Amino acid sequence: MSGNSPASPLAEGLRRALPIVLGYLPVGFAFGVLAVKNNIPPSLAVAMSVLMFSGSGQFVFAGMWGAGASALSITAAVFIVNLRYLLQSAAESPWLAGLPRGVRFLLGLGLTDETFAVHVTAFQNGWQRSLTTLFVCNQTTQLAWVGGAAIGAFCGELVSDVKPLGLDYALTAMFLALLVPQCVSRLHVLVALFTATLSIAFKAAGMSQWNIAVATVLGASLGTWLLLRKARQEGTPLDGGCAAPREQERPTDQRATVAGMTEAMPEETQS
Amino acid sequence: MNETGWFSANAALLLCILGSVVVTLLPKLLPVTFLKGDSLPPLLRHWLSFVPVAVMAALVGPDVFFYEGHFNAGPSNLFLVVALPSLLVAWWSKNYFLTIAFGIGLVILARWAGWY
Repeated sequence: MSGNSPASPLAEGLRRALPIVLGYLPVGFAFGVLAVKNNIPPSLAVAMSVLMFSGSGQFVFAGMWGAGASALSITAAVFIVNLRYLLQSAAESPWLAGLPRGVRFLLGLGLTDETFAVHVTAFQNGWQRSLTTLFVCNQTTQLAWVGGAAIGAFCGELVSDVKPLGLDYALTAMFLALLVPQCVSRLHVLVALFTATLSIAFKAAGMSQWNIAVATVLGASLGTWLLLRKARQEGTPLDGGCAAPREQERPTDQRATVAGMTEAMPEETQS
Repeated sequence: MNETGWFSANAALLLCILGSVVVTLLPKLLPVTFLKGDSLPPLLRHWLSFVPVAVMAALVGPDVFFYEGHFNAGPSNLFLVVALPSLLVAWWSKNYFLTIAFGIGLVILARWAGWY
């Protein structure tokens, strides 16, 4: 799924982008259609895809603009739904340590839920960082996102309903495909179930938009607490940090080994 | 419509887009640009290592369980019915492309056949 293929960095970037492109084209198209239906001119719908490059943020924007919400409340809602980028951007930073600040800035521009997930999964599997792969993947997926939005915005009237094409499910299909490879241990599965349940409960309680960031913070905290408790029970100190790139060099590192967890939870990593 | 007319006609929308671009890019850019990723406290690094799985679960949970705007944990929720076998496909195949194509394909099939 990632990692140690002998392909060139360019080919690896394209290979990594391909499944995301499969999702972004239809979802971008759906955004373009929806934006125009909500009184956003096609050119501005495309501009949003170039500048924001954020599926959830753009869909929130289009829905609220169409409903006549104020600029302030739309901006606030987009900010809240995008708070998770703060966490993802921070979580990616250990893997990008040592790169010039300008390069990290440019990589940050290409951060989405999907590019973040595939890159972090590759890093966790011991992938040797390649800027070509990172940028080719990010820019290819953004091209698909913008292209899909342009087709949807300018030719959207050809499609009266995106449902028969399954486009309303495309984003969910992509999230599911990206979630499963993250479940590398029983602890991670537990965190996933806990966080998903919380996020559903918060949304059901009326906390739409807030639910994602709040559930993520609580889920990551539960995972850390359980990890610490386990380490204490076994009398092994936690070192380094799970996201430490230097852990890649260990010969024992495997797919299921989130770096740094070998000491903390030995039996969890054998699955 | 001339250019000035287009801008003034869309002034409110342009302002709103500008604000949304800023609040989208700042969270993406600030941490990765300014954090020293290799010298974060160990506890924070452990915490951050759970962010990928947590954020994806937080996104997918409501997507699957809210169907047509309402919470629905029953068999009339097409997305839930499709998500369960998709999880198995993801687990066995370890292949993003196949998992996504399988899920979308199943949704198209279910609607084309008139089951949903």
